[in-house]
Amino acid sequence: MSLLHLLTLSPFVLAAALPLLGKAAPRLHKGWFAAVLSAVLFAALLGYSADIRAGSPIIESFAWIPSLGISFTVYLDGLSLLFALLITGMGALVALYSVAYMNSSEESLNRFYVLLLIFMGAMLGLVLSDNLLTLYGFWELTSIASFLLIGYNHRNQRSRYGALKSLLITMTGGLGLLSGFILLYVMSGTYRIRELFEAGAPLISHPLFLPAMILILLGAFTKSAQYPFHIWLPDAMEAPTPVSAYLHSATMVKAGLYLVARLTPVFAGAPEWFWIVSLGGLVTLLYGSLGAVKQTDLKGILAYSTISQLGLMMSLLGIASLAGIFDGEERLLYAAAGTAALFHLLNHAAFKGTLFMAAGIVDHETGTRDIRKLGGLARIMPLTFTVSLFGALSMAGLPPFGGFISKEMFLESMIETMHAGVFRLQTWAVLFPVIAWIASVFTFVYSALFVVRTFFGPLKEELRSRNIHEAPPLMTIPPLLLSALALALGLFPGLAAYSLIRPAAEAMMPIIPASGERLPAELKLWHGFTPALWMTVGIVAAGSVLTLTARRWVKGYDLLPRGLSINRFYDASLRFFERITVRVTSLYMNGSSRSYVKYILGFMLLVLGFILFRSTDVTFQVRAYAVIRPYEWMILLGLAAAALAVPFAKSRTVAIILTGTIGYLMTLMFVFLRAPDLALTQMVVESISVTLFLLCFYHLPKLRTERRAVRFRLPNFLVSVAVGALMTLIALAVLDTNPFDPVSDYYVRESYESAGGKNIVNVILVDFRGFDTMLEIMVLGVASLGIYNMIKLRRKATDVGSRHVEHEGEEARKEASVLREAQYGYDGPVEDLDASKPGAGLPGDDQADSLPDLDGSSPAEHSDRREQPEEDQGPADSRAKGGERDA
Amino acid sequence: MPKGSDIFLQNVSKVVVFIILAFALYLFFTGHGSPGGGFIAGLMSAGALLLLALAYDIETVRKVLPVDFKLVTASGLLIALLTGAGALFFGKPFLKHAFGHFELPLLGETELHTALIFDLGVYLAVVGVTMTILLTIGEDR
Repeated sequence: MSLLHLLTLSPFVLAAALPLLGKAAPRLHKGWFAAVLSAVLFAALLGYSADIRAGSPIIESFAWIPSLGISFTVYLDGLSLLFALLITGMGALVALYSVAYMNSSEESLNRFYVLLLIFMGAMLGLVLSDNLLTLYGFWELTSIASFLLIGYNHRNQRSRYGALKSLLITMTGGLGLLSGFILLYVMSGTYRIRELFEAGAPLISHPLFLPAMILILLGAFTKSAQYPFHIWLPDAMEAPTPVSAYLHSATMVKAGLYLVARLTPVFAGAPEWFWIVSLGGLVTLLYGSLGAVKQTDLKGILAYSTISQLGLMMSLLGIASLAGIFDGEERLLYAAAGTAALFHLLNHAAFKGTLFMAAGIVDHETGTRDIRKLGGLARIMPLTFTVSLFGALSMAGLPPFGGFISKEMFLESMIETMHAGVFRLQTWAVLFPVIAWIASVFTFVYSALFVVRTFFGPLKEELRSRNIHEAPPLMTIPPLLLSALALALGLFPGLAAYSLIRPAAEAMMPIIPASGERLPAELKLWHGFTPALWMTVGIVAAGSVLTLTARRWVKGYDLLPRGLSINRFYDASLRFFERITVRVTSLYMNGSSRSYVKYILGFMLLVLGFILFRSTDVTFQVRAYAVIRPYEWMILLGLAAAALAVPFAKSRTVAIILTGTIGYLMTLMFVFLRAPDLALTQMVVESISVTLFLLCFYHLPKLRTERRAVRFRLPNFLVSVAVGALMTLIALAVLDTNPFDPVSDYYVRESYESAGGKNIVNVILVDFRGFDTMLEIMVLGVASLGIYNMIKLRRKATDVGSRHVEHEGEEARKEASVLREAQYGYDGPVEDLDASKPGAGLPGDDQADSLPDLDGSSPAEHSDRREQPEEDQGPADSRAKGGERDA
Repeated sequence: MPKGSDIFLQNVSKVVVFIILAFALYLFFTGHGSPGGGFIAGLMSAGALLLLALAYDIETVRKVLPVDFKLVTASGLLIALLTGAGALFFGKPFLKHAFGHFELPLLGETELHTALIFDLGVYLAVVGVTMTILLTIGEDR
């Protein structure tokens, strides 16, 4: 464990300790803990920057699962440092902002900050991992944290929809990523990124190279919301604004960019990589900027703008990969695209963070984010107006802001691409600057609309009655700092260029420092009258005209066919898959536990029987068997008699006691066989399980009331006889068959020597196989919580419903149907499900029973009902009957 | 669960519960050297509480031992996890145990083992899980 490891893991530690810290200091807002930790991490990471700038990356390794060759290696080079500073710096500002923004209840605040910290830790782990598998683990953890944060207002149906959508899309990409990593491993034999770089050229000609690349790009594109996987990002805006500012603009969505940049040394030089990354980026850039213009929600504009900006950076990374096939002057020329991408990354974090926070302030103070209802806020909120203006100007790419410099560099790179003359660029390269220009015009338009519609014009009637004022200082300071940063990056780009951007770009293209060159890092506000500058003049001119006439032409968007949208496709395919899975599942999940037992035993028969009869090692040596002594015969007879009597028992209690008898006789057997551990365990387990059975069956009706003529079923009979025979054979064969060297010798030898225990069983449990034990008790814990939930919380949905009813009496019916939909996701398939499972859809029955009642009755009745949940015995009864039908 | 009314069972279990618990404690500590251990001790302690619940009723158990058994499970898991994680700080792999012989007052030379702490986690988890399941099902009507 090194300091760098501890830094990476500290957010997780704080996340675990946060609820306790909150109890220790109840008056303190929990955001402070997160803010302080992020600031400390930021400072600590900044301390490394001198080393990084000098070109000596820091590597610390820690064997995690040594037997599988998986280590937790943190590697800090320029690229990782840039991202890590972004994560912690933005984290500190967002946490500070959220202290004023988030004012929910104690419990949900805990949840919010725990998730935020988990995300921060995962994101740090992602950018610092040197091992592809740990990177993947952290990658998925960020998706999960994002899922839970989008669904933070989980009572809101749209939040849940957005959360699920983001999870499904990013997880699909994540699985692609994992497969891609595994393919890389197959090709190179290593999971370490640094070793992959050294594997170099032979990889390109490998037949798995292209599939690996496409799968990895699938991961990167879904995460970074590239077209056509961008659809989750606008829906993710249901998250609280600090989350949107942090995860969905500054950090998580850039994980895809990080991955592309990180793996550039592996894939650069392949034409497919260049085309997919740069073209995918350009399409996303154009699509996002066109989409942003028609949005009416402030956060909607920012979401589409984020998509578009991510596309811009992605396309630059694609062009930077051209540096891999040239050398000398030209290489530096294309490498500049990488510098531009990374510089824009910083600019984007600054201006988009500012704008998100400003949007949050506007929402917080006026209660709406709809630009049709906003206007004229410039005079009332001058500070918010100023920061928004700074942010928007930087976003539109105007001087003297950082966004201008990176936009110029972007345009230059696009023009440069026309001259590359490789990968059939001669024909198509003219598209690059054209798309870039059009997209930039629309970027200008939505940036202008954001400011103009919110802050200029007359104050709307609805807002006049509200006492709108500037937000509390804590909320204005973070965007103020960020907008200052946006300006500073324009005026003094050298601040970041030499210490952060150049090391990052060189880490992305290690071939450049390796060949003794240095990337030019002079970023300048004034370039002279270059073509890029003239393009910017054109952008401003066209953009201004379009902004002024926006109200007229935006209606044109309505003419586009809606049925073809990717969202429709997503919804439809989700419904389709649900229907298919329900149909497939109901083929074998028929609700009768007898069938399930049959499947389990059937598979056991097949697998074990196959092994038993195919393997040549299995022998039956009758001589090896011990003599059965008379008292053992007695126990055996007792066992057989008890077992045979169970099916003929007239009442459940008798049946349970008979099974208990078998267990206790087994205990006796273990005693005779001198296995005290087994005997003890068997005895206690038997006692407790008999009691448990009695408790369970106490609720079931008497056995004879449901006694019907039991038909003889041949398959059941065959399965049971075969299982019995097979187990007997295995028991007989086990004595004499040892295809492998037994491990017991090792345990006998080592348990006292190296583990200091005389009881081998226990030493194995807590020491040799301690990991198994830990996971087992974890499974036990989860199982007990599952049982608890199933029994104690099953009527909770009704409570939720009635709470809604109290708030919105007339909307009860609607809420109830939303609720039902929420319960099942979609109502269609669930009905199928219920119909196909006579007894098993029990919670569903419960639901169906209570919801229609809820529709019709008055709120008062429901609040009564909630206080006395014992009253509605109905579902429980029907449950018992359901069970009866099964048995 | 039916209201307990068997006076014999009630009086016997008043004493027996403590014997079982003491035996469970013995099994727990002796686990590393002779038959016993956290799992079996946990089950046995749960068995003692179960006997109490059968002789009286669940409310009595709740009154005698007013703890949330879900939290017992959670703390057991946490103890096990942290014992395992402790090794990381000494540069050892996860769950690497350490032990040594110490001179303790009253007990003489005793072997102290981090595995015992891990076993405590197992013990608590098993007690918590068993009691959560039993009480949940038992209280359900």
